[in-house]
Amino acid sequence: MNPNLVNLVYLIAGVLFILGIKGLTKPKTAVRGNLLSAVGMMVAVIVTLMDSSVVNMTYIVAGVTVGTLIGALMALRIQMTSMPEMVALLNGFGGGASLCIALAEYYSRLGLNATSVADLATPMAVGSSAFGDGFQGTVTLISIALTVLIGALTLTGSAVAFTKLKEIMKNSYGLPGGPIGNGLLLAAALFAVGTVVMDPGNTSAMLMLIGLAFLLGIFLVIPIGGADMPVVIALLNSYSGIAAALAGFILGNTVLIIAGSLVGTSGLILTNIMCVAMNRSLGNVLFGKMAEGGETIDADEIYAGKVTSAQADEVALILETAKRVVIVPGYGMAMAQAQHAVRELANAMEARGTEVEYGIHPVAGRMPGHMNVLLAEAEVPYDKLVEMDKINPTFDDTDVAIVLGANDVVNPMARDVEGSPIYGMPILNVDYAKTVVVIKRSLSPGFAGLPNPLFAMDNTIMVYGDGKKAVIEMTTALNQA
Amino acid sequence: MEVTILLLALFVLSLFLGVELITKVPPTLHTPLMSGTNAVSGITLVGALLAAGSDTSPLLVNILGFVAVTLATLNVVGGYLVTNRMLSMFKRK
Repeated sequence: MNPNLVNLVYLIAGVLFILGIKGLTKPKTAVRGNLLSAVGMMVAVIVTLMDSSVVNMTYIVAGVTVGTLIGALMALRIQMTSMPEMVALLNGFGGGASLCIALAEYYSRLGLNATSVADLATPMAVGSSAFGDGFQGTVTLISIALTVLIGALTLTGSAVAFTKLKEIMKNSYGLPGGPIGNGLLLAAALFAVGTVVMDPGNTSAMLMLIGLAFLLGIFLVIPIGGADMPVVIALLNSYSGIAAALAGFILGNTVLIIAGSLVGTSGLILTNIMCVAMNRSLGNVLFGKMAEGGETIDADEIYAGKVTSAQADEVALILETAKRVVIVPGYGMAMAQAQHAVRELANAMEARGTEVEYGIHPVAGRMPGHMNVLLAEAEVPYDKLVEMDKINPTFDDTDVAIVLGANDVVNPMARDVEGSPIYGMPILNVDYAKTVVVIKRSLSPGFAGLPNPLFAMDNTIMVYGDGKKAVIEMTTALNQA
Repeated sequence: MEVTILLLALFVLSLFLGVELITKVPPTLHTPLMSGTNAVSGITLVGALLAAGSDTSPLLVNILGFVAVTLATLNVVGGYLVTNRMLSMFKRK
C-alpha cells in the first residue's frame, strides 16, 4: 500500500484518539469518546495489516487471539474495587510491548539470528547504515536504547505495584542508601544506554541495559506502598506512554508518537495532581518517608478521655433530623465493599428529604478517581460526587459529615498544626460540620502513622466496626424511624 | 530537512495538546482516563504487527513481535472494554 495513504490513515487514527480523550472531559460524552478512540485503533491496525511487509500471519493471529481472550476476560470479570490492579497490569503490558518492539527492531537491524541465549551476547559487526545515516541513525539508536530502558522498568515496576496492590507483598523494602542506590542503578543504566548508542554491535551492553532497567523498575516501586500507590500508578502510566512514543521514533511511525505522547502527558498530569493533593514533591513520594520530621505526637494524649463513641442506631437518630449530609469515602470503603450499602443509606436519607452529597479527596483510594468509579458502580449519580475544593466551603452548612474508611485526608493537623509531618496537605474540612460521624474499626492511625485529633473533637462520634455492617445498621434504623 | 525533525515537531506539539486536553478531564473520570489511555497506548500493536509479520527477519525477531502483539492486544481489548464498562456506570439522576 502507498506509504502516503498509510500515513494519512494514521493521521485519522490520531485525530480519533484526540477526539476520544476530548470526550472524556464530560461524563455525558465519555462513552462515545471511548468508542471513537477504539475506532481509531481499529483503523490503524487494519491499515497496518495491509502493509506489504506484513506477510507471515502465524505469529500475528496467535498473538491477537491470546491477547484478546485474556484482555476480554480481565476486562469483563474484574471487580471495580480491583481497578488499580488492572491498570497496574495494563501499564506493565504497555511497557513490555514497547520493550519487545525496540528489541525486535534492534536485533533485526543487526541481523542477529540467535538460536541460543549465548548468541545474544555475540558481538556483531554493524553495517554502516544499519540504523540509518548520520543524525537519523543516532536518533534511532537513542530511541531504541531509551525505549528498552523505560519499557523494561515499566514492566517490572508495574509487576511490583500489582503485587503490592494485591497485598501479596506487604512489606516495603529499599535499596541500601535509598535514593543513592537507585541513583547508582540509574547511572549504570544510562551508561549502558550510552554504550549501545556509541557501539550498537556491543550486544552484551544491550543485555546489561535490559537487566539494569528491570532492576531499576523493581527498586523504584518496592519501597512505596499504601496511600502512595496512586502516584506510582499514575507515573507508570506515563512511562508506558513515553515508551510508546519513543518506539514511534524507532519506527518513524506518526500515530505511535501522537498516541504515546498523549498517554505520557496524561500520566504526568495525574502524577502531579496526586502529589499536589498530598503536598509532597514527586521525589519525596518516591524516596522519602512521610512521617519524618516533627516531634512525635502521643496518640494517648490526644485521645485520652475525649473520644465519644456510639452505636449505629444512635447515629440514625441524628441523621433523622439532618438537612444536609456529606459522605466522605476512603480506601476503607473499597476494602469493606461498602459502596452499595452507602448508596442505600443515601437513598434512605434522601427519601426523608435530606440533601446528600459525597466529598471526594483526590488521593482517596489507591488510584486517581478510584472512589468515583466505586460510587458510580453503586449507581450514585455523578453530579453528587463533589471534588475537594467545591465541597469544602459547604461543610459550615452541613449537619452531618460521615467519614467512611478515610483518615489522613480528614486529619485537621494537616491544616492547623504547623510542624506536623502532613502540615500543608489539603484536607476535607469535615470538622466544620455540626456533627462528624467516623466509621472505623479502631483508633489506629492511617498511612501517615499519625493520630487524628478529629476523633477526639467534641462534635465527633466514633462508630467502631466493619464499615459495611455499620452503614447497613444505620439504614435499617433510619427506615424504621 | 530530515524526517526525524518533523517527527520531533509532532512529538512536542502532541505533548502540548495532551496537557491542554488532559487538564480538562474532571477528577471523577480519572480512573477511566487511565484505563482509556492504557488502551490508546496499545497503539504499539501497530509496531508489533510489523515485527511479528515480517518474513525476512530472524526467528528471534518474530518471537519478540509475537510477545509484543500479545501484550499490545491485551492493552487494546482489555483497556477499551473495561473503560466502556466503567463509563456506562456514570449516570446522572
